Amino acid sequence: MKYAYFPGCSLSSTGIEYDLSTRETARVLGIDLWEIPEWNCCGASSGHLTDHLLSLALPARNMAIAEEAGLDVAIPCAACYARSKATELAVSNSAEMKQEIEEVIERKYEGKSKARALLDIIANDIQSEDVKNNVQKELKGIKAACYYGCLLVRPLAVGFDDPEDPQSMDNLVKSLGGETVDWAYKTECCGASCPTTMPETGKKMLERIFKSAKDAGANCLVTACPMCLNNLDMRQGQVEKAYSEKYDMPVFYFTELTGLAFGVEPTKLGLNKHFVDAMGLVNEVLKADGGRETA
Amino acid sequence: MNNIDLTGIRESNNEKLQEVIKESGGVRPEDCYQCGKCSAGCPAVFGMDNTPRQIMRFLQLSMVDEALKSNTIWMCAGCQTCTVRCPKEVDIARVMESLRVLAREKGYITEKSINLFHELFLKSVESTGRVYEMGLILGANIIGMKPLKDAEFGLPMISRGKLAIIPHRIKDNGEVKRIFENVRKRGAKV
Ligand code: SF4
Ligand code: SF4
Ligand code: SF4
Ligand code: SF4
Repeated sequence: MKYAYFPGCSLSSTGIEYDLSTRETARVLGIDLWEIPEWNCCGASSGHLTDHLLSLALPARNMAIAEEAGLDVAIPCAACYARSKATELAVSNSAEMKQEIEEVIERKYEGKSKARALLDIIANDIQSEDVKNNVQKELKGIKAACYYGCLLVRPLAVGFDDPEDPQSMDNLVKSLGGETVDWAYKTECCGASCPTTMPETGKKMLERIFKSAKDAGANCLVTACPMCLNNLDMRQGQVEKAYSEKYDMPVFYFTELTGLAFGVEPTKLGLNKHFVDAMGLVNEVLKADGGRETA
Repeated sequence: MNNIDLTGIRESNNEKLQEVIKESGGVRPEDCYQCGKCSAGCPAVFGMDNTPRQIMRFLQLSMVDEALKSNTIWMCAGCQTCTVRCPKEVDIARVMESLRVLAREKGYITEKSINLFHELFLKSVESTGRVYEMGLILGANIIGMKPLKDAEFGLPMISRGKLAIIPHRIKDNGEVKRIFENVRKRGAKV
């Protein structure tokens, strides 16, 4: 299985654990990732909120390079995925749009190369049996609130799962031996760029997510988006202070948990790089059932 | 409250309304039956001065300036919840996007810091091909006159190897710059 890999800007900086754990998980599963050479930022919500054509053209350049190589594109970041998928669909659905985009990017892109969310590939393309066969350490003690955010499952044409009650990540965590909770905020938006620019609004959006996860009995959150993770991880302390609450809710990428269950050493997955301490819970998981040494 | 002369407003604003409809790819405001489901599910509604349903109502009444001047269009996070849930299949998220584009064109930017964030973001993409996040966070806060609001995160980020100090510039032979130039030639205000 070979894909063009579009890590996106966040994965080389604030989302570095997502990149590390994606590469480790792919290696174990035998997925060959070819990083798109000199890829550019997809423009994220800023492109989208500013100009429609620009928001389609920026991801199109990356997709065109992948198409030239004859590969579909594996995309970990939910925002990059949403923007790239929107481009693929716009090009496939309209010959006029295809022409306009090709003129703007000065390359050919016919929509043959598909944008694929990494979560969709790992949770849905790969048989859960194959995932289970690679598990060396079941995720005993993990009670995950799987947080899909808004961009993975919406709008319908872009999403690969139910927009109100998606299950891909939940099923994956269960295949890894962990538990998941049912909760109401799994697709609630966490505020995108608002927390940076509008602190009060952003905090309230986050508070509802933490509270709902905690009330449902979760001991951690799992995401597929570097912006969700940074919001939930980095700002948890601020929200705790503002609402005089303690959540103690480590936030994981689904690839970190997958890698952990596959026996990859936690530091190779970047699990030591979080703001809310994740190593406490990780060590509990590793110690459960006689504490197998990590490989 | 003063009485509003709706018929007059409708007629004098018809042109502006047509602009919104065109920009949004043909949304029909009259489809909305004002059920409020969009507003009930909107995660940012508590920060908005008008709910998404009220924005749709403004458009139905051709009160385009009211919609353009509302902070709602800037608070909108673009999450698409409203669009997915609307029983009348109105693409409200797209309406918000279109109103933002038009508000920028007309200089009605009620939430300057949010607009600034997006501008800095795209400036970074245009000049380096990628986003240089540290520069972005600090830049948005300094120019927005909230010096270093997020500086408390800067050092811990660097020590975790999470923020590059130097922006990475891609070797694309100017392709990304030309993408920006080409959309500008087609009328984009970026
Ligand atoms: S969405 Fe984020 S991570 Fe993805 S390319 Fe753009 S800025 Fe970078
Ligand atoms: S949940 Fe938040 S960060 Fe994640 S995709 Fe939505 S707005 Fe973006
Ligand atoms: S959900 Fe749709 S029909 Fe209901 S108020 Fe919102 S836009 Fe109108
Ligand atoms: S897209 Fe905007 S208006 Fe619609 S629900 Fe999300 S934040 Fe609210």
